[in-house]
Amino acid sequence: MTTNTAPFRPMTAGSQPPNDTPEYGSTRLRHPTRPLLRIPQGVTETTSPIFAESRFPPIADLSMATGKPALGERIIVRGRVIDEDERPVPNTMIEIWQANAAGRYDHPGDQHDAPLDPNFHGEGRVFTDTDGWYQFVSVKPGSYPWGNHYNAWRPNHIHYSLFGTGFGQRLITQMYFPGDPLLALDPIYLSVPDPAARERLIARFDLDITAPARALGYRFDFVLRGRNATPIEQA
Amino acid sequence: MAVATANQTIGPYWHLIEDASWADLTRFGAAGDRIVLTGTVTDGAGDRVTDAAIEIWQSSPPASPDFPAYGRCRTDGTGAFRFITLKPGPVAGVGNAQQAPHIAITIFARGLLQALTTRLYFQDEPLNETDPVLSLIEDAARRRTLIAQPVAPGAWHLDIRLQGDNETVFMEV
Ligand SMILES: [Fe+2]
Repeated sequence: MTTNTAPFRPMTAGSQPPNDTPEYGSTRLRHPTRPLLRIPQGVTETTSPIFAESRFPPIADLSMATGKPALGERIIVRGRVIDEDERPVPNTMIEIWQANAAGRYDHPGDQHDAPLDPNFHGEGRVFTDTDGWYQFVSVKPGSYPWGNHYNAWRPNHIHYSLFGTGFGQRLITQMYFPGDPLLALDPIYLSVPDPAARERLIARFDLDITAPARALGYRFDFVLRGRNATPIEQA
Repeated sequence: MAVATANQTIGPYWHLIEDASWADLTRFGAAGDRIVLTGTVTDGAGDRVTDAAIEIWQSSPPASPDFPAYGRCRTDGTGAFRFITLKPGPVAGVGNAQQAPHIAITIFARGLLQALTTRLYFQDEPLNETDPVLSLIEDAARRRTLIAQPVAPGAWHLDIRLQGDNETVFMEV
Protein backbone atom coordinates (compact mmCIF):
# COMPACT_ATOMS: atom_id res chain seq x y z
CA MET A 1 0.00 0.00 0.00
CA THR A 2 1.34 3.46 -0.86
CA THR A 3 0.62 6.62 1.05
CA ASN A 4 -0.95 9.66 -0.55
CA THR A 5 1.08 12.71 0.44
CA ALA A 6 -0.60 15.24 -1.86
CA PRO A 7 -1.48 18.44 0.05
CA PHE A 8 -5.02 19.21 1.15
CA ARG A 9 -7.06 21.93 -0.52
CA PRO A 10 -8.06 24.96 1.55
CA MET A 11 -11.40 24.80 3.32
CA THR A 12 -14.37 26.28 1.43
CA ALA A 13 -15.23 29.80 2.64
CA GLY A 14 -18.03 29.82 5.20
CA SER A 15 -17.95 26.08 5.79
CA GLN A 16 -16.02 26.23 9.08
CA PRO A 17 -16.81 28.10 12.31
CA PRO A 18 -14.45 30.95 13.25
CA ASN A 19 -12.84 30.52 16.66
CA ASP A 20 -13.70 34.16 17.39
CA THR A 21 -17.45 33.71 17.85
CA PRO A 22 -18.60 36.15 20.59
CA GLU A 23 -22.06 34.54 20.95
CA TYR A 24 -20.27 31.45 22.33
CA GLY A 25 -18.81 32.96 25.49
CA SER A 26 -16.04 30.41 26.07
CA THR A 27 -14.34 31.55 22.86
CA ARG A 28 -13.61 35.00 24.33
CA LEU A 29 -10.30 34.23 26.04
CA ARG A 30 -9.39 31.18 23.99
CA HIS A 31 -9.28 32.33 20.38
CA PRO A 32 -5.94 33.53 18.98
CA THR A 33 -5.86 37.20 17.98
CA ARG A 34 -2.98 36.92 15.49
CA PRO A 35 -3.65 35.66 11.98
CA LEU A 36 -2.89 31.99 11.42
CA LEU A 37 0.43 31.26 9.72
CA ARG A 38 -0.16 29.49 6.41
CA ILE A 39 2.46 26.75 6.19
CA PRO A 40 3.52 24.48 3.35
CA GLN A 41 2.10 20.99 3.85
CA GLY A 42 4.77 18.37 4.30
CA VAL A 43 4.66 14.75 5.30
CA THR A 44 3.67 15.74 8.86
CA GLU A 45 0.46 17.33 7.60
CA THR A 46 -0.42 14.94 4.78
CA THR A 47 -0.10 11.64 6.64
CA SER A 48 -2.04 10.44 9.64
CA PRO A 49 -1.94 7.88 12.42
CA ILE A 50 -3.29 4.43 11.64
CA PHE A 51 -5.59 2.81 14.18
CA ALA A 52 -5.97 -0.96 14.01
CA GLU A 53 -9.16 -2.57 15.33
CA SER A 54 -7.00 -5.12 17.13
CA ARG A 55 -5.57 -2.43 19.39
CA PHE A 56 -8.58 -0.12 19.46
CA PRO A 57 -11.52 -2.50 19.78
CA PRO A 58 -14.84 -1.24 18.40
CA ILE A 59 -17.72 -0.30 20.71
CA ALA A 60 -20.53 -0.35 18.16
CA ASP A 61 -23.51 -0.65 20.53
CA LEU A 62 -23.59 2.13 23.12
CA SER A 63 -27.12 1.08 24.12
CA MET A 64 -25.91 -2.27 25.50
CA ALA A 65 -22.43 -1.39 26.77
CA THR A 66 -23.03 -3.15 30.11
CA GLY A 67 -24.93 -6.05 28.57
CA LYS A 68 -28.21 -4.52 29.77
CA PRO A 69 -30.29 -2.06 27.76
CA ALA A 70 -29.83 1.64 28.43
CA LEU A 71 -32.92 3.79 28.94
CA GLY A 72 -34.10 5.95 26.07
CA GLU A 73 -35.17 5.88 22.47
CA ARG A 74 -32.93 3.37 20.69
CA ILE A 75 -31.34 4.65 17.47
CA ILE A 76 -29.17 3.33 14.65
CA VAL A 77 -26.82 5.83 13.03
CA ARG A 78 -25.44 4.81 9.65
CA GLY A 79 -23.56 6.68 6.97
CA ARG A 80 -20.44 7.07 4.93
CA VAL A 81 -17.11 8.79 5.32
CA ILE A 82 -16.02 10.30 2.00
CA ASP A 83 -13.61 13.01 0.93
CA GLU A 84 -14.46 16.17 -1.02
CA ASP A 85 -13.89 14.25 -4.24
CA GLU A 86 -16.59 11.83 -3.03
CA ARG A 87 -14.19 8.95 -2.67
CA PRO A 88 -14.84 6.63 0.27
CA VAL A 89 -12.46 6.69 3.24
CA PRO A 90 -12.12 3.01 4.18
CA ASN A 91 -11.01 1.44 7.47
CA THR A 92 -10.91 4.73 9.34
CA MET A 93 -11.69 5.11 13.04
CA ILE A 94 -14.63 7.19 14.30
CA GLU A 95 -14.75 8.06 18.00
CA ILE A 96 -18.19 8.78 19.45
CA TRP A 97 -19.37 10.31 22.73
CA GLN A 98 -22.70 11.63 23.97
CA ALA A 99 -25.03 12.37 26.88
CA ASN A 100 -27.59 9.80 28.00
CA ALA A 101 -31.29 10.00 27.18
CA ALA A 102 -31.83 12.36 30.12
CA GLY A 103 -29.20 14.81 28.91
CA ARG A 104 -26.49 13.85 31.41
CA TYR A 105 -22.89 12.89 30.62
CA ASP A 106 -21.26 10.11 32.61
CA HIS A 107 -18.49 12.59 33.39
CA PRO A 108 -17.44 14.07 36.74
CA GLY A 109 -17.61 17.59 35.29
CA ASP A 110 -21.30 17.29 34.40
CA GLN A 111 -23.34 18.55 37.36
CA HIS A 112 -26.68 18.83 35.53
CA ASP A 113 -29.44 17.58 37.81
CA ALA A 114 -30.61 14.78 35.53
CA PRO A 115 -30.20 11.10 36.32
CA LEU A 116 -27.25 8.96 35.31
CA ASP A 117 -28.13 5.62 33.75
CA PRO A 118 -26.06 2.73 35.12
CA ASN A 119 -26.43 1.01 31.75
CA PHE A 120 -25.21 3.92 29.66
CA HIS A 121 -21.67 5.26 29.52
CA GLY A 122 -21.76 7.14 26.22
CA GLU A 123 -18.46 6.14 24.61
CA GLY A 124 -18.28 4.45 21.21
CA ARG A 125 -15.76 3.61 18.51
CA VAL A 126 -16.40 2.22 15.04
CA PHE A 127 -14.43 1.73 11.85
CA THR A 128 -15.58 2.30 8.28
CA ASP A 129 -15.68 -0.71 5.98
CA THR A 130 -13.84 -0.95 2.68
CA ASP A 131 -16.45 1.28 1.04
CA GLY A 132 -16.48 3.95 3.75
CA TRP A 133 -19.67 2.86 5.52
CA TYR A 134 -20.04 2.90 9.32
CA GLN A 135 -22.89 2.11 11.69
CA PHE A 136 -23.54 2.12 15.42
CA VAL A 137 -26.44 1.69 17.82
CA SER A 138 -27.16 4.06 20.70
CA VAL A 139 -29.98 5.92 22.42
CA LYS A 140 -31.03 9.41 21.41
CA PRO A 141 -29.17 11.85 23.69
CA GLY A 142 -31.22 14.34 25.69
CA SER A 143 -30.69 18.07 25.54
CA TYR A 144 -29.04 19.73 28.51
CA PRO A 145 -28.69 23.22 29.96
CA TRP A 146 -25.39 25.09 29.87
CA GLY A 147 -24.14 28.37 31.24
CA ASN A 148 -23.57 30.32 28.02
CA HIS A 149 -26.52 32.67 28.55
CA TYR A 150 -29.79 32.77 30.46
CA ASN A 151 -31.88 29.63 29.85
CA ALA A 152 -29.40 28.16 27.37
CA TRP A 153 -29.95 24.54 26.27
CA ARG A 154 -27.87 22.52 23.85
CA PRO A 155 -29.84 20.80 21.09
CA ASN A 156 -29.66 17.00 21.08
CA HIS A 157 -26.28 16.06 19.68
CA ILE A 158 -23.66 13.35 19.35
CA HIS A 159 -19.93 14.19 19.33
CA TYR A 160 -17.57 12.63 16.77
CA SER A 161 -13.84 12.52 16.14
CA LEU A 162 -12.30 11.36 12.83
CA PHE A 163 -8.69 11.12 11.68
CA GLY A 164 -8.93 10.39 7.96
CA THR A 165 -5.75 9.80 5.96
CA GLY A 166 -3.82 12.96 6.83
CA PHE A 167 -3.46 15.08 9.95
CA GLY A 168 -4.80 18.02 7.91
CA GLN A 169 -8.11 16.09 7.69
CA ARG A 170 -8.60 15.79 11.46
CA LEU A 171 -12.28 16.46 12.21
CA ILE A 172 -14.13 16.92 15.48
CA THR A 173 -17.77 17.74 15.10
CA GLN A 174 -21.28 17.27 16.44
CA MET A 175 -24.30 15.67 14.77
CA TYR A 176 -27.75 17.11 15.40
CA PHE A 177 -31.28 15.75 14.96
CA PRO A 178 -33.94 16.96 12.53
CA GLY A 179 -36.71 19.25 13.76
CA ASP A 180 -34.96 20.32 16.96
CA PRO A 181 -36.31 23.76 18.00
CA LEU A 182 -33.11 24.44 19.96
CA LEU A 183 -30.96 24.54 16.82
CA ALA A 184 -32.14 28.07 15.95
CA LEU A 185 -30.99 29.22 19.40
CA ASP A 186 -27.67 27.41 19.70
CA PRO A 187 -24.53 29.55 19.27
CA ILE A 188 -22.35 26.49 18.65
CA TYR A 189 -24.51 25.22 15.78
CA LEU A 190 -24.99 28.77 14.47
CA SER A 191 -21.22 29.42 14.52
CA VAL A 192 -20.92 27.81 11.07
CA PRO A 193 -21.42 30.81 8.74
CA ASP A 194 -22.88 29.05 5.70
CA PRO A 195 -26.44 27.85 6.46
CA ALA A 196 -26.08 24.93 4.02
CA ALA A 197 -22.86 23.82 5.75
CA ARG A 198 -24.48 23.85 9.17
CA GLU A 199 -27.58 22.05 7.95
CA ARG A 200 -25.29 19.24 6.83
CA LEU A 201 -24.60 18.68 10.56
CA ILE A 202 -28.21 17.53 10.95
CA ALA A 203 -28.80 13.80 10.53
CA ARG A 204 -31.66 12.67 8.30
CA PHE A 205 -34.35 10.29 9.56
CA ASP A 206 -34.20 7.20 7.33
CA LEU A 207 -36.89 4.53 7.31
CA ASP A 208 -34.55 2.15 5.45
CA ILE A 209 -32.06 2.29 8.33
CA THR A 210 -34.87 2.02 10.89
CA ALA A 211 -35.07 -1.53 12.28
CA PRO A 212 -38.72 -2.68 12.64
CA ALA A 213 -39.81 -2.98 16.28
CA ARG A 214 -36.23 -2.21 17.31
CA ALA A 215 -34.72 1.23 16.62
CA LEU A 216 -35.15 4.48 14.68
CA GLY A 217 -32.62 4.97 11.88
CA TYR A 218 -30.65 8.12 11.05
CA ARG A 219 -28.31 8.76 8.14
CA PHE A 220 -25.24 10.91 8.66
CA ASP A 221 -22.30 11.28 6.26
CA PHE A 222 -18.92 12.84 6.98
CA VAL A 223 -16.90 14.67 4.33
CA LEU A 224 -13.15 15.05 4.89
CA ARG A 225 -10.95 17.56 3.08
CA GLY A 226 -9.90 16.71 -0.47
CA ARG A 227 -6.36 16.67 -1.75
CA ASN A 228 -4.92 18.93 -4.43
CA ALA A 229 -3.40 16.31 -6.64
CA THR A 230 -4.76 12.82 -7.02
CA PRO A 231 -1.88 10.55 -7.93
CA ILE A 232 -2.80 7.04 -8.96
CA GLU A 233 -2.13 4.73 -6.08
CA GLN A 234 -1.85 1.02 -6.48
CA ALA A 235 -1.26 -1.48 -3.77
CA MET B 1 -17.70 18.14 -5.33
CA ALA B 2 -18.65 17.73 -1.70
CA VAL B 3 -17.65 20.28 0.95
CA ALA B 4 -15.81 19.20 4.10
CA THR B 5 -17.99 18.76 7.19
CA ALA B 6 -17.96 21.69 9.62
CA ASN B 7 -15.98 21.32 12.83
CA GLN B 8 -17.66 21.85 16.19
CA THR B 9 -16.08 22.22 19.62
CA ILE B 10 -14.85 19.12 21.44
CA GLY B 11 -16.63 20.55 24.51
CA PRO B 12 -15.91 19.87 28.18
CA TYR B 13 -16.91 16.19 28.24
CA TRP B 14 -14.55 14.68 25.66
CA HIS B 15 -12.83 12.67 28.42
CA LEU B 16 -15.48 10.00 27.80
CA ILE B 17 -13.22 8.86 24.93
CA GLU B 18 -9.99 9.45 26.85
CA ASP B 19 -7.45 6.67 27.34
CA ALA B 20 -4.63 8.03 29.50
CA SER B 21 -2.20 5.46 28.09
CA TRP B 22 -2.29 7.30 24.74
CA ALA B 23 0.06 9.94 26.21
CA ASP B 24 2.86 7.36 26.15
CA LEU B 25 3.85 6.76 22.53
CA THR B 26 6.39 4.15 23.61
CA ARG B 27 3.74 1.90 25.21
CA PHE B 28 3.86 -0.64 22.37
CA GLY B 29 7.57 -1.19 22.91
CA ALA B 30 9.16 1.38 20.61
CA ALA B 31 12.92 1.67 21.00
CA GLY B 32 14.84 4.86 20.39
CA ASP B 33 15.70 8.19 21.97
CA ARG B 34 12.93 8.37 24.57
CA ILE B 35 11.95 11.89 25.68
CA VAL B 36 9.39 13.49 27.97
CA LEU B 37 7.47 16.47 26.60
CA THR B 38 5.68 18.70 29.08
CA GLY B 39 3.85 21.97 28.77
CA THR B 40 0.97 24.08 29.92
CA VAL B 41 -1.90 25.81 28.14
CA THR B 42 -3.06 29.27 29.23
CA ASP B 43 -5.81 31.56 27.95
CA GLY B 44 -5.93 35.28 27.23
CA ALA B 45 -6.29 36.12 30.92
CA GLY B 46 -3.28 34.00 31.82
CA ASP B 47 -5.52 31.37 33.39
CA ARG B 48 -4.70 27.70 32.94
CA VAL B 49 -6.85 25.80 30.45
CA THR B 50 -7.81 22.68 32.38
CA ASP B 51 -10.16 20.87 29.97
CA ALA B 52 -8.19 20.70 26.71
CA ALA B 53 -7.23 17.69 24.61
CA ILE B 54 -3.68 17.98 23.32
CA GLU B 55 -2.68 15.76 20.42
CA ILE B 56 0.78 15.21 19.00
CA TRP B 57 1.72 13.66 15.66
CA GLN B 58 5.19 13.25 14.26
CA SER B 59 6.51 12.00 10.94
CA SER B 60 9.90 11.07 12.44
CA PRO B 61 10.50 8.39 13.54
CA PRO B 62 7.81 7.08 11.19
CA ALA B 63 4.72 5.35 12.54
CA SER B 64 5.11 1.59 12.86
CA PRO B 65 3.39 -1.22 14.74
CA ASP B 66 5.66 -0.40 17.72
CA PHE B 67 5.30 3.35 17.48
CA PRO B 68 1.93 5.05 16.80
CA ALA B 69 3.69 8.44 16.28
CA TYR B 70 0.43 9.91 17.64
CA GLY B 71 -0.61 10.68 21.20
CA ARG B 72 -3.39 12.41 23.10
CA CYS B 73 -3.24 13.88 26.60
CA ARG B 74 -5.61 15.97 28.70
CA THR B 75 -4.55 19.17 30.36
CA ASP B 76 -4.91 18.57 34.09
CA GLY B 77 -6.21 20.81 36.87
CA THR B 78 -3.11 23.00 36.49
CA GLY B 79 -3.34 23.21 32.70
CA ALA B 80 -0.39 20.84 32.26
CA PHE B 81 0.15 18.00 29.78
CA ARG B 82 2.86 15.35 29.58
CA PHE B 83 3.83 12.97 26.77
CA ILE B 84 6.46 10.29 26.48
CA THR B 85 7.69 9.81 22.91
CA LEU B 86 10.76 9.33 20.72
CA LYS B 87 12.84 12.33 19.70
CA PRO B 88 12.25 13.13 16.04
CA GLY B 89 15.06 13.60 13.54
CA PRO B 90 15.15 15.85 10.47
CA VAL B 91 12.19 15.51 8.10
CA ALA B 92 12.32 15.82 4.32
CA GLY B 93 10.70 19.00 3.06
CA VAL B 94 9.69 20.32 -0.33
CA GLY B 95 12.46 19.92 -2.91
CA ASN B 96 15.85 19.69 -1.25
CA ALA B 97 14.77 21.51 1.91
CA GLN B 98 15.27 19.69 5.20
CA GLN B 99 12.81 20.43 7.99
CA ALA B 100 14.16 20.67 11.51
CA PRO B 101 13.02 17.97 13.94
CA HIS B 102 9.46 18.86 14.92
CA ILE B 103 6.22 17.53 16.33
CA ALA B 104 2.78 18.71 15.24
CA ILE B 105 0.52 19.78 18.11
CA THR B 106 -3.25 20.07 17.84
CA ILE B 107 -5.33 21.66 20.61
CA PHE B 108 -9.02 20.97 21.12
CA ALA B 109 -11.06 22.51 23.93
CA ARG B 110 -14.34 23.97 25.02
CA GLY B 111 -14.36 27.44 23.49
CA LEU B 112 -12.43 26.32 20.41
CA LEU B 113 -14.89 25.73 17.59
CA GLN B 114 -12.12 24.21 15.54
CA ALA B 115 -8.73 22.86 16.47
CA LEU B 116 -5.66 25.04 16.82
CA THR B 117 -2.58 23.61 15.16
CA THR B 118 1.01 24.45 15.97
CA ARG B 119 4.44 22.84 15.97
CA LEU B 120 7.01 22.05 18.62
CA TYR B 121 10.69 22.44 17.74
CA PHE B 122 13.73 21.71 19.91
CA GLN B 123 16.17 24.33 21.21
CA ASP B 124 19.72 24.16 19.77
CA GLU B 125 18.89 22.19 16.63
CA PRO B 126 21.09 23.61 13.83
CA LEU B 127 18.33 23.00 11.26
CA ASN B 128 16.03 25.42 13.12
CA GLU B 129 17.89 28.26 11.36
CA THR B 130 16.78 27.11 7.91
CA ASP B 131 13.52 25.31 8.70
CA PRO B 132 10.91 26.28 6.06
CA VAL B 133 8.17 26.87 8.64
CA LEU B 134 10.24 28.69 11.28
CA SER B 135 11.70 30.85 8.50
CA LEU B 136 8.21 32.19 7.73
CA ILE B 137 8.13 33.87 11.15
CA GLU B 138 10.12 37.10 11.03
CA ASP B 139 9.79 38.12 14.67
CA ALA B 140 12.32 36.17 16.78
CA ALA B 141 10.10 36.41 19.87
CA ARG B 142 7.19 34.89 17.94
CA ARG B 143 9.45 32.12 16.64
CA ARG B 144 10.47 31.29 20.22
CA THR B 145 6.85 30.40 21.06
CA LEU B 146 7.46 27.16 19.12
CA ILE B 147 10.82 26.17 20.62
CA ALA B 148 10.74 23.66 23.47
CA GLN B 149 13.43 24.15 26.10
CA PRO B 150 15.45 21.37 27.75
CA VAL B 151 14.52 21.12 31.43
CA ALA B 152 16.38 17.90 32.32
CA PRO B 153 18.23 15.22 30.36
CA GLY B 154 15.66 13.87 27.86
CA ALA B 155 12.96 16.27 29.06
CA TRP B 156 11.59 19.21 27.05
CA HIS B 157 9.04 21.85 27.95
CA LEU B 158 6.83 24.18 25.88
CA ASP B 159 4.14 26.53 27.15
CA ILE B 160 1.22 27.29 24.83
CA ARG B 161 -0.59 30.62 25.07
CA LEU B 162 -3.89 30.71 23.22
CA GLN B 163 -4.26 34.49 23.25
CA GLY B 164 -2.53 37.72 24.29
CA ASP B 165 1.07 38.47 25.23
CA ASN B 166 3.42 35.89 23.80
CA GLU B 167 0.56 34.23 21.94
CA THR B 168 1.74 30.99 20.35
CA VAL B 169 2.08 30.98 16.59
CA PHE B 170 -0.84 28.90 15.31
CA MET B 171 -0.94 27.59 11.79
CA GLU B 172 -3.32 27.06 8.92
CA VAL B 173 -2.58 23.75 7.33
FE1 LIG C 1 -22.14 17.79 24.29
